[in-house]
Amino acid sequence: MTRNERRRLLLGLAFVSPWVIGFLAFTAYPLIASIYYSFCDYDVLTEPVWIGSLNYRDMFTDKVFWISLKNTFCFAAVSLPLGLVISLLIAVLLNQPVKGRSVFRTVYFIPSLVPIVATCMIWLWILNGEFGLLNYGLSFLGLKGPQWLSDPLWTKPSLVLMALWGVGNTIVIYLAALQDVPRALYESAEIDGASFRQKLWHITIPIISPVIYFNLIMGIIGSLQVFAQAFIMLGGGGPNRSALFYAVYLFQNAFKYRQMGYACAMAWILFLIILCLTWLATVVTRKHIYYGGE
Amino acid sequence: MVIIRRLCIYALLIIGAVVFIIPLVWMISTALKPIEQTMTMPPTWVPYQLYTDHNGVKEPVRPGERIEQPSLVVQEQGAGQKRIVPVGLIREGQLVVVSSPGKESRRPVIVIEEIPATPDAPWIKVFPEGETGAEWKVVPVASMSRNVSPRWGNFYKAVKAMKCFGLYLKNTLLLCVLTVIGTVSSSALAAYGFSRIEWRGRDQLFVLALATMMVPFPVVMVPLYCLFKWLGWIGTLRPLWVGSFFAGAFNVFLLRQFFRSIPRDLSEAARIDGCSEFRIFWQIILPLCKPALMVVGLFQFMATWNDFLGPLIYLTDQQDFTLALGLQFFQSQHGGTEWNYLMAASTLVALPIIALFFFTQKSFIEGISMTGLKG
Repeated sequence: MTRNERRRLLLGLAFVSPWVIGFLAFTAYPLIASIYYSFCDYDVLTEPVWIGSLNYRDMFTDKVFWISLKNTFCFAAVSLPLGLVISLLIAVLLNQPVKGRSVFRTVYFIPSLVPIVATCMIWLWILNGEFGLLNYGLSFLGLKGPQWLSDPLWTKPSLVLMALWGVGNTIVIYLAALQDVPRALYESAEIDGASFRQKLWHITIPIISPVIYFNLIMGIIGSLQVFAQAFIMLGGGGPNRSALFYAVYLFQNAFKYRQMGYACAMAWILFLIILCLTWLATVVTRKHIYYGGE
Repeated sequence: MVIIRRLCIYALLIIGAVVFIIPLVWMISTALKPIEQTMTMPPTWVPYQLYTDHNGVKEPVRPGERIEQPSLVVQEQGAGQKRIVPVGLIREGQLVVVSSPGKESRRPVIVIEEIPATPDAPWIKVFPEGETGAEWKVVPVASMSRNVSPRWGNFYKAVKAMKCFGLYLKNTLLLCVLTVIGTVSSSALAAYGFSRIEWRGRDQLFVLALATMMVPFPVVMVPLYCLFKWLGWIGTLRPLWVGSFFAGAFNVFLLRQFFRSIPRDLSEAARIDGCSEFRIFWQIILPLCKPALMVVGLFQFMATWNDFLGPLIYLTDQQDFTLALGLQFFQSQHGGTEWNYLMAASTLVALPIIALFFFTQKSFIEGISMTGLKG
């Protein structure tokens, strides 16, 4: 290494040192500690005791664990595709030459800005069985709305509705991608007499497929970790544990039952699930994603 | 044909926009109502004030029960409370009380007022607005009028009901300022090191940084809690801001993209002039990257303002709560009844963020678009 190279190495390290220290203290150490704790019985107050793979084996026989896993998958399986499709449709509509586009965009975006706790308060009120707005709206359609948050059947749909209200972020990401689709492609398709649907299916979606993929991955990661909504609106998991999501049960294990070791083991399983699903999504979509040449 | 399609697009957009905006309108509308107007079906959209028009004197009142059959206002002899009873329950100047089948007792009462109410011409019991315990009276519904009247005082009452609102706000703002400073400064430094200086192992280390973004928070949650507990920081604000001074990978990644787009020659020229690396960073590169720094700072501000899980885990005393946690605490204590105060408090928590968005709209949208495109 020449003197200059060494100087640059030291300089570079000096600049990135905040990240390096942060990485060691707040990521690397906790990762290692988390693996270790996951093999221990640990309640924070006393020293961790090594118990081998017992935490992982317990998970298989823990009924509540399986309930939480099932709830989480159900929620993700509905909210994720719905969210991706609805936000894409809104983005496509917004990308048409309409007047007042920026006003519309703002209106669709604002709900995603509302802090999650405030969002929960608003929806607690909207979903109120007696005086809530949603059941009032349903009464116009001649429907008698359910007790959204106290009927085990309706807690998950409640949370899905809430999640859909906050898709503004995704809409904006789609919109940015849509604006980059070359106009020439549409023009030549129009000359050939392509319909709106054909253009959407054969031009728009293939070209923005990398962004759809990005939103899909982000959605997988986010929806499997859903916590605040369920925790705030349904406390300990809702009626019949119908909204006891994975992250909520993990939090309860850590801070309510003080089973830190079990919580760590659960966290690692969650990490594995996320990795597997991300990998699966990548493999499945790989052939369909179009990365345009420069 | 084209016109029909355009109309369809507008119709869909407008319906969607109404659906998206209604919850917020509903929040603000509820926040401005007195409590009895929150519990009506169909719902009240515009908060109003009821008045009785008695001999040309308008008096603001609060509504009580409706009376739809001929009734009497009576008072038991010997200074009992005034009450409203259906005409049929009074016989020969006595109130008939049936306590159980077959058993009945009679109490002498004085009839004060007759109410000729029918289902078609209902009367209503009203209380004078303001002081409680004041004498109620009974008036025909038809004689009442109403005015639009938002109760701005609800915000003040909600703040008072939350007890520590001032402290929550102070804590939240303090955390926002600290985390914004921490994130912007440390991420800018790290991003500079990862983009504008060539050194051995740089790109490998950057890949490692990107990989850390994959780690879900629950995995590090417990050890971080234990670490902060060991440091004695649980129950203080420290766990919530100290970490921001150590550059998160995502922000480093965003800023690095910007730094890379600035021509190399600029740094080279400065180096030849004998500029130190830090001066190049501080005086040449940073000023060029203001928009990107703005985006990172803005997102951090939002993240801190909105964060719920962090404060939930690390804070123990009510005095240390942030607005988000304080709002949830308020709901868990008073929830289910005082919807108007809860919505007023929610408005106070949500409004600053929405206002911030309106002032910085451009950076915002750019920033979000950027996250999608570069990913």
